[in-house]
Amino acid sequence: MIDALGDPQSVLVLGGSSEIALATVLALPRNRLNRVVLAGRASAALDAAVIDLTKAGIKGVVATSFDATDTMTHGEVIDAIFDAGDIDIVILAFGMLGDQMAVEADPNLAVHIATTNYTGAVSAGLHVARRLRQQGHGALVVISSVAGDRARRSNYVYGSTKAGLDAFAQGLGDAMQGSGAHVMVVRPGMVRTRMSAGLPEAPMTTDAPDVAKAIVVGLRKGKHTIYAPGNLRYLMGVVKTVPRPIFRKLPS
Amino acid sequence: MSIPTERATSPLMRNDDEVILTGWGRTSPSAATVTDPDSIEDVQAAIVHANTRGVLARGLGRSYGDAAQSGGATVLLMPSMNTFTLDPAAKTVTAAAGASLNEILAGIVPNGFFVPVTPGTRMVTVGGAIAADIHGKNHHIDGSFGSHVTSMTIVDGTGAIRVLAPNDPKTHDDFWATVGGMGLTGVIVEATFTVIPIESSLMSVDTERGNDLDDVMARMLAADARYRYSVAWIDSVSAAGRGVIISGEHATLDQLPAAKRGSARAYAPKVVATAPKIIPGGLINKLSMRAFNETWFRKHPKQRAGDLHSIASFFHPLDGVQEWNRVYGPAGFLQYQFLVPDSAGEVIGTALAQLRAVGAPSFLTVLKRFGPANPGPLSFPDKGWTLAMDIPTGVDGLAATLDGLDELVAESGGRLYLAKDSRQSPEMFRRTYPRLAQWQKVRATMDPHAVFTSDLARRLQL
Repeated sequence: MIDALGDPQSVLVLGGSSEIALATVLALPRNRLNRVVLAGRASAALDAAVIDLTKAGIKGVVATSFDATDTMTHGEVIDAIFDAGDIDIVILAFGMLGDQMAVEADPNLAVHIATTNYTGAVSAGLHVARRLRQQGHGALVVISSVAGDRARRSNYVYGSTKAGLDAFAQGLGDAMQGSGAHVMVVRPGMVRTRMSAGLPEAPMTTDAPDVAKAIVVGLRKGKHTIYAPGNLRYLMGVVKTVPRPIFRKLPS
Repeated sequence: MSIPTERATSPLMRNDDEVILTGWGRTSPSAATVTDPDSIEDVQAAIVHANTRGVLARGLGRSYGDAAQSGGATVLLMPSMNTFTLDPAAKTVTAAAGASLNEILAGIVPNGFFVPVTPGTRMVTVGGAIAADIHGKNHHIDGSFGSHVTSMTIVDGTGAIRVLAPNDPKTHDDFWATVGGMGLTGVIVEATFTVIPIESSLMSVDTERGNDLDDVMARMLAADARYRYSVAWIDSVSAAGRGVIISGEHATLDQLPAAKRGSARAYAPKVVATAPKIIPGGLINKLSMRAFNETWFRKHPKQRAGDLHSIASFFHPLDGVQEWNRVYGPAGFLQYQFLVPDSAGEVIGTALAQLRAVGAPSFLTVLKRFGPANPGPLSFPDKGWTLAMDIPTGVDGLAATLDGLDELVAESGGRLYLAKDSRQSPEMFRRTYPRLAQWQKVRATMDPHAVFTSDLARRLQL
């Protein structure tokens, strides 16, 4: 239960080594936090995440095995986590960018990205929503992207998965109205993480802790959609209206 | 493929009986399926058919925090069972759990009786009064509500009816686990409690001002034995901690002016206003708080004896404004109420100073003397001081300040009142209710399948 002063007791991260999600866990008030489940594929990054959060003084950090693409197992994994106790905040953070050129050369790679970012997220999102509805409280934070606001030549496969995920999360948020639980869609711009390493920086590029801060504020205010940084909302409003022939020619 | 005759049902669909519940402070909402039981059989059926989220009884929702809500559970709205009878010869009332003190007072005051304990609002049910083991201005003399209950009927976690009485050795432990048990040992469906005879519906009230906190506390200690009812209001804005001590007794017939003796037991509490539905945040701020506290202090005479007040104005001043909890705006508020033993009276001053420093204005700050505890392992009151402050939740740094105060309270051997709590840690709770294990043992026999739970119980791992 998130208490009267906004302090959560439990957090579940799907995509347990996501830098944005981990920064968010670090940015949450932690006076009452006593259970953090990092769900992801076994990896050195996941192990390191458990150690980092624990070293930062967060209590009850554990890793659990979760594969976004193995949707048949999602129900069992998510049920086990909720059966062990209510979850106040779920961060759905898994996703991959992929190299656009490689993706165009190998459609199987495109399928893998779509399965992870969209299909996997729809499956996990519905299982989480079912459990949040059952417990009658909690928040689901879905990490979308401004890349879903308008498709770009340089990352349209990724962008299309985020567009799908974003639409899904909006609809899910509406479906959850009145359930006591709520869905918040987060649309970060470019964030300096492992995922974006080596790419040219876009305008308004931020760091994971900045996105984390925006998420924590958004949760406290009960927002359904946030951009990070917040001003991207207005930039994207403009970007969406640029005619295609011109947009194509803009530097990506 | 066959054509389905019925549309699939979604686990995300809401059912018609699902509502969002909060406590009086309007923080931490959760959704539950509510039902209005009309009979003990309805209560039994809800318990027997409970889903994995369990069952909880709710009265009039005056607990400030999350005691009377339970996400995903079936919540029984007990005010649907509100009948009661007065036995004037035995001086007892037997009431269904959902009967409110408001309804009972309206029935018994004209007959010359008064409830043994009333909190600062009469909008509480008998079931809630027992479950929270409420106290009033007479705790230092009469103890808490549970001490006046002679028997009660509950439905336990298996759906079985149990009659509990404090003087029956077989049910003594179950009785006291239920008094202050926050609804977690069973659903209280009926209770019999003693009532006190009164000659009039008026209160004879003495008022004195204290210029600083030490003065107020010294005057309260002196007044302890002299008055059945006594409470102090503290000006939370003033650094000195000045306050007004208001003490009283039920007025006897010969204390009434001759003209009033004919209608001595008339009882007609009025609601003078309802708080508007939408109030912007930030209305309660340092300025409005200062103005309110100043006016309240000035309103009371320096020293006056024998004023005649109505029951409503003496006991339930806030009930005059319906839904006054809305004035704190959409962010809601909390009440911080703690108890410290007499040896740690200085914690009162520390709490006032620290909350003033963090800029947490308190609308109403109430200081009161407690008498000895009763046998309830989770009952809140015990000999010493109790301070209650209403605080808006939007104040920066409030969480850390209150955690720091918790530490002082715990160190001194005090504790927080569960009916007011919305934020203490499970560790704080376990540390300050040392008889928790004893209570849990009894509860396991009354609710072996852990059907009864609440958001408060989950939050505190109770």
